[in-house]
Order: sequence, then C-alpha cells, then structure tokens
Amino acid sequence: MATLTYAEAGKQALAEEMRRDPLVWAVGEDLGRGGVFGQYKGMVEEFGPLRISDAPISEAAILGSAVGAAMTGTRPVVEMRFADFALCAVDELINQAAKARYMFGGQTKVPLVVREPMGMWRSSAAQHSQSLEGWYTHIPGLVVVCPSTPADNKGLLKTAIRSDDPVVYFEHKNIWGLEGEVPDGDVTIPFGVARTAREGRDITIVSWSATVHAATKAAETLAGDGIEAEVIDLRTLWPWDREAVFASVAKTGRLIVAHEAVQVGGFGAEVAATVGEHCFKMLKAPVRRLGSPRVPIAYAPPLEDMLRITPDKIADAARALVKS
Amino acid sequence: MPATSVPRNLDVDRLLSHHRLMWRIRAFEEAALQANTEKLVLGAIHPSIGQEGIAVGVCSNLNRDDILSSTHRGHGHTLAKGADAGAMMRELLGREGGTSHGKGGSMHIADFTVGMLGANGVVAANIHITAGAAHAIKLRGENRVACSIFGDGAINRGPFLEGLNWAKVFELPALFVCEDNGFASTTRTAAMTGGPGPAARAEALGVPAVEVDGNDVLAVDEATREAVVAIRAGGGPRFIVAKTYRLTGHTASDPAAYRPKDEVDAAWRDDPIARLAQTLADAGVKGMTLAENERVAKDEMDGVYADAKAAPWPPLSRGYEDVQDAGDPRQGAF
Repeated sequence: MATLTYAEAGKQALAEEMRRDPLVWAVGEDLGRGGVFGQYKGMVEEFGPLRISDAPISEAAILGSAVGAAMTGTRPVVEMRFADFALCAVDELINQAAKARYMFGGQTKVPLVVREPMGMWRSSAAQHSQSLEGWYTHIPGLVVVCPSTPADNKGLLKTAIRSDDPVVYFEHKNIWGLEGEVPDGDVTIPFGVARTAREGRDITIVSWSATVHAATKAAETLAGDGIEAEVIDLRTLWPWDREAVFASVAKTGRLIVAHEAVQVGGFGAEVAATVGEHCFKMLKAPVRRLGSPRVPIAYAPPLEDMLRITPDKIADAARALVKS
Repeated sequence: MPATSVPRNLDVDRLLSHHRLMWRIRAFEEAALQANTEKLVLGAIHPSIGQEGIAVGVCSNLNRDDILSSTHRGHGHTLAKGADAGAMMRELLGREGGTSHGKGGSMHIADFTVGMLGANGVVAANIHITAGAAHAIKLRGENRVACSIFGDGAINRGPFLEGLNWAKVFELPALFVCEDNGFASTTRTAAMTGGPGPAARAEALGVPAVEVDGNDVLAVDEATREAVVAIRAGGGPRFIVAKTYRLTGHTASDPAAYRPKDEVDAAWRDDPIARLAQTLADAGVKGMTLAENERVAKDEMDGVYADAKAAPWPPLSRGYEDVQDAGDPRQGAF
C-alpha cells in the first residue's frame, strides 16, 4: 500500500498501462507540461512527446482522431481538460465512437478512454463545473466511470484502458488532492461492481464520484443520532451494480440517491426507477433523490454552495425518511 | 467530348482496369437505384454516378493495407478499395450477409479487411477518423497511408479545419480528397462558402493542395500517385480537390429539379466513363473490348442484386450483438 492522491493514482495507472502496452498513448491540450491539473506531470519525460502528446485546442479533432486511431490498432487515452469542453466533441463521441462497432456489424471495436474532469470546483461557474455523467449513460455503446477514491481511480483507469469499449471516464476536480491508500502492483477494478463505503441497516445512500464523501460524512453524523446508513459507491454508472443496490435496499427498506448533477433527468432517476420496479414491496418509504436544482452553476461562493449536495442535506433527508 | 489527359506512355492495361472498375461502380449504383425503385432499399441511398473517376483514380494508388474512410456517398469508394459487392448490396437491402449484417445500411458500409473504415452518415466526420488512423500509423512506425474522401459540403464543417490542421501539426501520412460535385446536399456549395475555396483553405493550413479534373481518371490517378509518393516519403499530409458532377439527385428519391436541364445534359457529355472510353479508343482499344467491360460489370451487378434479394433478414439476435463488452445488453434486462 502507498498513500497517493487521486491525481497521482490516475497518473500511476496510465504510466503502468503505458509501460505494459506500447500501443497505449495519451493526447490532449497541455499534456506535455503535465496537464492542467498536473495529472500527467513528468510523464512526457518517461514516454516522450509522441505518446504523451500535446494537442491543439481542437476537442473534436482530439476525440475524432482518437476514434480513427482506436480503429487502427492503438489504445488512445484522450484528455478533455474539462467535461464541459468535451461537448465540443459530441458528434465524435456519440455518433462515431459509440456507434462504430454496431453500425459496422462488429468489424471493429473502439478501445478509447475519454478523461473528463467533472464537477464543481470553487468559482469555476457555468462552463467549467458541470456533472454530465448521466447523459452518457443514455448512449448505447459507452461505458461510464465515476471514481471517488485514489484506489478506485487507479484500478478503474487501468480497467478502462484495457477495455475494448469506449469509456467516458469522469474524474472529479474537487478531489484531485484527496489522499488515500492505493494497493501496490497491478490491481484492476472491474466495471459494474459497487463498493460499500459504509455498512448500515437503516437507510441506503447510493452515490458516486465526490458526492460519496458527502454521503459518508452524512452517515457519520447520522450514526450520532442512532441512524445507521449504508453508503454504496456505484463507481461505474454503465454498467451499474443493480444487485448491490437491491441487496442493500432489501436490508434497509429506504433509499436516497445523491449526486452533484442536476436532479432532473439525472442518473439518480434511473436508480430510483429501477428500485421502484424491482424492490417496491421492500420499501418502507418513498425513494428520495438529491441532486442539484435545475439551474446553471453560479460563480459567487454563496450561490455556488447553495447548489451543492452537502452532508447536511443528505443527513436531513435521511432523518426525514427514517421518521416517515 | 474531351478525352482524358493522355500521358506519353499510356498504360493501356491500367486504364482498362480503371474502365472495368468504373463500370462496376456504375452498374452497382444502377442496381441500387433499381432496388430503390422496387422498394427493396428502404433507407436513403446516395448514388455516385458520374463521380467514378475519383473513386478509381484515388483508390488505385492505395494498397490493401492503406486506410480509407468515406461519406454517405460511399459505394464507389468502397468498391474501389476492394470490398465485396455482394456483401455491400446485401447491406443496402438490410440482409444477413451484409457488410454490417444489415445493421448499418448504405451509409455505414465498411470493410475492415480491405482497410475501409466506413462510410459515414455525418458530413466531414471521416476527416478526423482518417487523421487518427494516420496518427496510429505514425505511432506504429508503419509505411501506410490513410485517405479520406469527402464532399465539398464538408469544407464548411469544423473537422475540415481541425482535422487538416491536426494532420499538418503531427505531419501525418494522410491524404485528403475533396470530391467537389458543386452541391452540398441540394444547395450549391458556392452560394454557402466564403473565400476562394477548399484548396486555398488547405494551403492556409500548410497542407499542399492540387486541383484536378475529377472526371479525368488519368488526372486523378496521376495527382494521387504524386501525393501518395510524397506522403510515403514522410512529407506529411496532402490535399486533392477533384471537380466533378453528380449525374443523379442527392438521394435516389431526389429528382434534382433545382438543376437546369442543359447543365445536366452538359455534365452527361463529360461522363468520366465515356471520356476514358474515348481515350482508350484513341489508343487503339477495340470498341468490342470496351462494350465487354460494360456488359460484364452489368451482369455481375445483376447477379449481386439477385443474390441480395434472395438473402434472408438478419435474425433478431443480431440486433443485440456488437453493442459493447461491459454492460452488454444481452447480459441483463437492460
């Protein structure tokens, strides 16, 4: 075990995969100087500028060319800098990467990882703060990954790079510096297997990405009130671990789904609906979703904070459900 | 009728091969139009009748392991790259045994066994794909070329700028070919395009460009040969603008009434197959030989069409195949 930050764990995963497989390469804006968040720091020195490649500010070309490169025998990892900027490459991801295998009848796969730093990051405002992971779960062909810890960022990024599917890989900007224990060696984490961040019997809180930490803090507070919350970190949204959620709901009979993304049409709705369809008789209370109000993210700290899903909001919702 | 440009040492065998392939493309398109009339092709098809000289002139300079990506009007390019006409026609009819098992149709024909990375339903999208294929070739240290053929409508989409710039910045082994038929869908491209046109735009990005008469297959062949030699020598990307005219509508169901009759009649007098036939006749090739090329091509495509009509629909299980490995829809009630 080593203690690494979330950013360092991602870098270690990429470096290990690049050492293991010469066909893995990374491309994006400013990678040569380490990436805008330092998550590629020092990599060009080891791998050279062909494999840790700078790119023009051409998100569509970065992603679109990666599709061609993936169909021609390499395994590109593309850096989109901010999830918001990946919207400049929506055709390339949705119409090309996600569709090629199917519309060409299985003649090709598109082994591609799209790294999209997501989420609120102090006063970054409406175009640098979004959580759009739910959108991509709607697209057949894509895998959607949202790690919340350094260990998961390493293990899941390694799995993503080895996957033959196009993987949309969301790293949360607010936890780049989060430290945690990361297993040594070649440890991968499979897609579609949730992590139980905390066990509990009274209520299930399902979350992913940075909001998992808010959920865990809420669970600690709730424990002081005698409410034992089970926190499930989905880790990947497609595929997602329905069985883990069903098993937890069978135990607790209560469910909150908490995420930073806008609540309306968010992936929490999918989790809630699926639980409603499969676990209705197990439920002691209505399923509750906690997501951002449907407004753009503001710049001023008080306005920005108003939108956050905080431990207090989660704890309040849990108390209300347990009382009901 | 102007014959094709004639080099001093005319390679008659090569030109006869071009003539056969151009007829195969035209006969395929005519069979596809017939299938459309008989309502056996249900989706849109975009015939390339009149543009065969570009498909043949370009692809005759590509090896089997070179890469090609194409557009919605891609039947000719795909045949010229060496794809199987029978599998292509079955795909048009949505049948089992099609290039994509009937899951793609005309706009998503691909044949990866001959380096054909697909037609594409999104204008200009194949420019990035080819830039990326060229990038992979460079990373792998291979001596292959990646080629993208796109229409003149594509020059007003972002990938034309971003993809050509990308290929130049990384000095990639990429050949870009603009098949300029004067129409972006059903609107005249000139009316919707600022500045002096595609070649000047490419030159502004540092990508050497040449313009050729796309209905002169020898001129396309020669321009492509020169470009591919330069690319294989490590010279970075090249751009060819090949002027042509589509002799049919935008789709099989477009009567193209927006074009005056005399313009279309003049274009028929510039038919690239007839021009090549004239060159061959001038070189002493017998009319019988040329007529035989036409007949053989038509017989082949009649057979291809009959075979496709007889092919079954894909089994419904095909519909759930080839989506993805992780979260495969066949693994659960998704």
